[in-house]
Amino acid sequence: MSRATPPGMFASALIVAQKDLAIEFRTRSAFLSAMVLSLLSLVIFYFAWDPTAVAAVDVAPGILWVTFTYSGLLGLHRSFGVEAAERAMDALLVAPISREAIFLGKAMANLVFVIGVQLVALPAVSLFYNLPFSSIIGPLALVMVLAAIGLTCVGTLFAGITSNTRMAELLLPVLALPFFVPIVLPAAQVTAKLLAGRPLDESLGWIRILLAFDLVFVYACTLAFPFTLED
Amino acid sequence: MTALLEATGLVRSFGTRRAVDDVSFTVAAGDALALFGPNGAGKTTLLRLLAGLLKPAGGVARIGGDALPAVSARARVGLISHRTMLYDALSARENVRFAAQLHGIADLDAATQRALEALRVADRSDVPVRALSRGLQQRVAIARAIVHQPDVLLADEPYTGLDEQGSAALTGLLLERRAAGAALVVVTHQLSEGLAVASQAAVMRAGRFLRHEPTRELDLTRYAAEYRELFS
Repeated sequence: MSRATPPGMFASALIVAQKDLAIEFRTRSAFLSAMVLSLLSLVIFYFAWDPTAVAAVDVAPGILWVTFTYSGLLGLHRSFGVEAAERAMDALLVAPISREAIFLGKAMANLVFVIGVQLVALPAVSLFYNLPFSSIIGPLALVMVLAAIGLTCVGTLFAGITSNTRMAELLLPVLALPFFVPIVLPAAQVTAKLLAGRPLDESLGWIRILLAFDLVFVYACTLAFPFTLED
Repeated sequence: MTALLEATGLVRSFGTRRAVDDVSFTVAAGDALALFGPNGAGKTTLLRLLAGLLKPAGGVARIGGDALPAVSARARVGLISHRTMLYDALSARENVRFAAQLHGIADLDAATQRALEALRVADRSDVPVRALSRGLQQRVAIARAIVHQPDVLLADEPYTGLDEQGSAALTGLLLERRAAGAALVVVTHQLSEGLAVASQAAVMRAGRFLRHEPTRELDLTRYAAEYRELFS
């Protein structure tokens, strides 16, 4: 008879995250799609860009964050798609783990996904726009991780909300993008200042805003997620 | 006997339609309830209430005294559905192992192997689920549901897609679980399959139990005739 002790919240979240990453590693469908989307976006932006009118350092931060945001959305949508196919979510909900653990697990897997997309897209931006990211890679990596945390938390929550709707692919960006603004705005601002060669001290205010929104989104989305599962 | 699974006045509506309407029953350890009824009778909704997947509008479902959907109650539940609830990119073994991990089973590999062997699917366990036939997928789904040896096993159309060998394995397994002291609820359209494992049988229509009795007094032929008459 069942006598095992169910794992705690963070252990359960890790198990869920490992499972999601294993599925993505096997199929690579979302990651490849995100890669193609981000590279295509960069190519389109590159050919639409007039280097004689706007300097690369001025245009690159916006392009970088638009690319990250839209590419990341592909993975966010998929994270609940795998649960919907054969109603695997039911098995997760019957399992003795909290709804919050399911959310955190999915958010962790999505975080790895978004950071993976960033790791491929960043060198591509550097190549297209001939920008010296290597000199600012430390602070930029910090900003990218902080922004990825906020984006994945909000995105995972809305992916969960829209997963049972008929127009999930359409609804997810419509609902999530307005909530991405408080994350993307400071992230783009810090990137712009770093690329312009300004010292990190000048960006601390934006980094604090980013950190504050991360904390709010992690906390609020984790608490809100169980309510999205109510029938 | 003390009830392991207890439903008291369960009510659940979808819009204005009452899918489950004031249903009460108990299933003791080692007992099994077979639930029959036409499509739309409320059987699946009742099972989802018993699994903690739906919140009742009224009443309460308890497992070992703990009201659902408490984690302590869900830890004792195994759910088999007519949907496999499997990840098709993962292998059968990975799916079952994942369920075992979520239940905190100490010896994951041994528990996984035991469950796969019980359903006679161990030899195909390293193949991705999407490459398995529907019947084999159902066997894996059952292995996933029993890997933690649940005290309460809820089965919604568990024979879906199973061949003769698979059906026999499932019936054997359900009887084995009963003998081990588990409480079972089996939703099926097949009277013979349901009555083969059940100690009590109920017929649902429009969210209510039309009849509910112990199976030891039932004659299958007469029961089947009466069942047909109810819905003719």
